[in-house]
Amino acid sequence: MSRLHSSRTGIFVAVCGLLMAGYGIYRGEISVVLEKAINICMECIGIG
Amino acid sequence: MDKRKKIKEPKRHGVQALWALLTNSYLAGFLQGKIYQGKLKTLCVPGLNCYSCPGAVGACPIGAMQAVIGSWNFKFAFYVAGFLMFVGGLMGRFVCGWLCPFGLIQDLLHKLPFWKKLETFRGDRLLRKLKYIILLIFVILMPMVLVDVLGQGAPYFCKLICPAGTLEGGMPLVLLNQSMQNALGLLYAWKNLLLLVTILLSILIYRPFCKYICPLGAVYSVFNPISVFRYRVDQEACINCGVCAKVCKMQVNPAKNANHPECIRCGVCRNSCPVKALH
Ligand code: SF4
Ligand code: SF4
Repeated sequence: MSRLHSSRTGIFVAVCGLLMAGYGIYRGEISVVLEKAINICMECIGIG
Repeated sequence: MDKRKKIKEPKRHGVQALWALLTNSYLAGFLQGKIYQGKLKTLCVPGLNCYSCPGAVGACPIGAMQAVIGSWNFKFAFYVAGFLMFVGGLMGRFVCGWLCPFGLIQDLLHKLPFWKKLETFRGDRLLRKLKYIILLIFVILMPMVLVDVLGQGAPYFCKLICPAGTLEGGMPLVLLNQSMQNALGLLYAWKNLLLLVTILLSILIYRPFCKYICPLGAVYSVFNPISVFRYRVDQEACINCGVCAKVCKMQVNPAKNANHPECIRCGVCRNSCPVKALH
């Protein structure tokens, strides 16, 4: 695809992102995300 | 001749709508006034999509980032920041143009007829920096620093600003839940006022929320120049006719800088170029 120009920097950043996300998962951040996302967020809806 | 007549939009709204539907496919939530509570919600979606929208099956990255930063035990959100780096590194603000439900809503609002549409104004360029300040203050610093006795910080962007939360979460849930209606106060009124202003401005100006306010757009904009998916100008072919700059509703001049932070990769310039110099 012509618009997918090879970008080493882009790929490097994406891989770093994956590693970083992996570290976040490893230290348990996703439980905070899940907890927040499955309960109605009072701040989001403008009550809390 | 009205230059807008030359605009050649790619088939973008269909993709935006399909993606919005897919990521908000818990339709039972709209009937029951509840939100989806499955494990899928550990995953972030790329666009601004409130997780308190009854249909949402994923987590809003901006909400998730504030939740982690504001939690007592984690003060930095590696998971969400890494996710944004991954998406940004691959596609930059392509997300804004194609995969964000709130972008689609603004696109559609701007199609409503109005006697005069405002393309730009004095201070427009400067105001575009506001989204970076909002990202820093409301999404990062306030949830990190303004904590309660348990060490927890509130998601201040969601609480005080986000009109997507009001529209996608607040309105349907309040409409469907009597108990919430009884709890409404000043904050709800404030957020509805902001939503109303956003809606009215979106009719007048193309994507005002994306241009001036959105912290997620601010994050992705940083990746635009280096992302794998980006545009290039064939300088040999370009005849400097200026059509691409004229049709751009984000006020970018792609012939000069095809990877400008404000470009949402909508593809209008590419499609409108008479010599196909943008790839
Ligand atoms: S700037 Fe924000 S609201 Fe606009 S399209 Fe991008 S992520 Fe969505
Ligand atoms: S520069 Fe082109 S792709 Fe980018 S926002 Fe403007 S018209 Fe859309």
